[in-house]
Amino acid sequence: MLRAVVVVNLFVLAFAVLQAAPGDFASEFLAFAAFTEPALMVSLMILCAARRPLHAMGYVASWVAVLLFEVALAWLFFHIGRGLIPGADRMTFAQVGFLTLFVSACTLAYFDLRSRALHPAIAEARIQALQARIRPHFLYNSINAVLGLIRSEPRRAERALEDMADLFRVLMADNRTLTPLGEEIALARQYLAIESIRLGDRLRVAWRTEGVPDDTLVPPLVLQPLIENAVYHGIEPAEAGGEIAVEAARSGDSLVLTLTNPFAGTGKADGNKMAIANIRERLQLHFDAEADMKSEVKDGVYRVTIRVPYLRSRP
Amino acid sequence: MTLAQSEVPRILIADDEGPARQRLRDLLDEIRESFPMAIVDEARTGREALDVVNREKVDVVLLDIRMPEMDGMETARHLAGMAQPPAIIFTTAFDSYAIKAFEVNAIDYLLKPIRRERLLTALGKTRAAPPVSREALAAAANMPRRHLSVHERGKIHLVPLADILYLRAELKYVTVRTAEREYLVEESLTKLEEEFAEAFVRIHRNCLVARAAIAGFEKNAEESESGWAVVIRATHEKLPVSRRQQAVVKQFR
Repeated sequence: MLRAVVVVNLFVLAFAVLQAAPGDFASEFLAFAAFTEPALMVSLMILCAARRPLHAMGYVASWVAVLLFEVALAWLFFHIGRGLIPGADRMTFAQVGFLTLFVSACTLAYFDLRSRALHPAIAEARIQALQARIRPHFLYNSINAVLGLIRSEPRRAERALEDMADLFRVLMADNRTLTPLGEEIALARQYLAIESIRLGDRLRVAWRTEGVPDDTLVPPLVLQPLIENAVYHGIEPAEAGGEIAVEAARSGDSLVLTLTNPFAGTGKADGNKMAIANIRERLQLHFDAEADMKSEVKDGVYRVTIRVPYLRSRP
Repeated sequence: MTLAQSEVPRILIADDEGPARQRLRDLLDEIRESFPMAIVDEARTGREALDVVNREKVDVVLLDIRMPEMDGMETARHLAGMAQPPAIIFTTAFDSYAIKAFEVNAIDYLLKPIRRERLLTALGKTRAAPPVSREALAAAANMPRRHLSVHERGKIHLVPLADILYLRAELKYVTVRTAEREYLVEESLTKLEEEFAEAFVRIHRNCLVARAAIAGFEKNAEESESGWAVVIRATHEKLPVSRRQQAVVKQFR
């Protein structure tokens, strides 16, 4: 807001300098400002109030809306101001309208550029905020399962706690840079080891990842949340359990990760949306349009496919 | 079994996860001193729990909410229809929806991992408190049941929703019609309509028909004020459509 005031006033000053006879530019500036300042204040207030609908309009539409609004406001103030401010009638509405349009467009462009310049920082903050969050359901159920093991199978209980510690170490680490696929798989296996305590032989996993080297780079925590989804929506609701299949394959310049699990419900997997949206957004922040993610339910099988650029970590 | 043992509360553990059942067993063993009880059996699904209840006398069910095939909510609703229902103590690790619903409807539950003291308190309460009402359970449920339960001679008989052709209200009961036979259930047709809005459609003040059971429509039907009747698949019965519900005919044709 303050920036907008400063920017517009700089323009006013510049016009005053251009218009005024030598030595007279201070009064010219004041005349200009008397005309511009109320219009500026009113327009800022209205735009501020309308920021939500404007935001919802999308990029181009909001630009057009703001510019039209400014011209309309200028027309209004032009007619009010003509009678009140001496010397204001020196300009025609066409001139005022054009200047308004010009100044508004410049101001908008300035803010646009500025937000773009700040974008990487915003993106990074968003990656951090989007870091996969583990389901509380998993945490409490796992603790409960370990408590159930402590007396009868203390060794297994120990292993489970060690796996949990490793898993949470990764979840709470700084996960902004790409990570080797091998590490993602190891993490997913630890997660599955914890889940299999609760689910026993209901949880079966088929890994088909041999075709891709372990040092292929993927966004961190891209696999584990998907497998967690598969367990929650595919395995737990089935009395006999089922198989989760994880596949990694290279396809040209892309790495394709595919995960399938049985899914008895209808096409809408409600609880899924959060995790899927989270991963989709992280993929976009890492790779922009070069990555994509699809999910579908077909014949009782839920399939999610992720395509990312094929990258290897440099030794 | 001695006489004294037969009089202690009989507990059923229902949870699909082995370690969770083991944990409850450990805890119950520990509090046996201060709360004498017998563990009747363990169940891995809601359906198994109902089987146990049909087979043996059960006073208290420790009932996990999230179980495969039939979840704890539905199981509890079938149990609550019994003439002498067992007390139900829900257990859950994390289910924000269920917990909120339990709080609103004053239904007792235990959070996993369960503490010994909390379990003891909950068990203690079951001796005095009346069992949870069907209405409270229905209000707390967020999903339609997958079965209706018929209670005959103290046994729970489940009628899968998919088998039901139509539901017809008569005086105090609702007749449940399947291809094979009819059952009587003590439910309100209006509540059933709300719960199963997706699968059933109202064709008359006293009748809900399964959408999947509609074979066709017949015009100029006798005893039908609108002139239309629904023809039911499998039984070929013709059910009158009231003038008020006539729009149904258009919707399906």
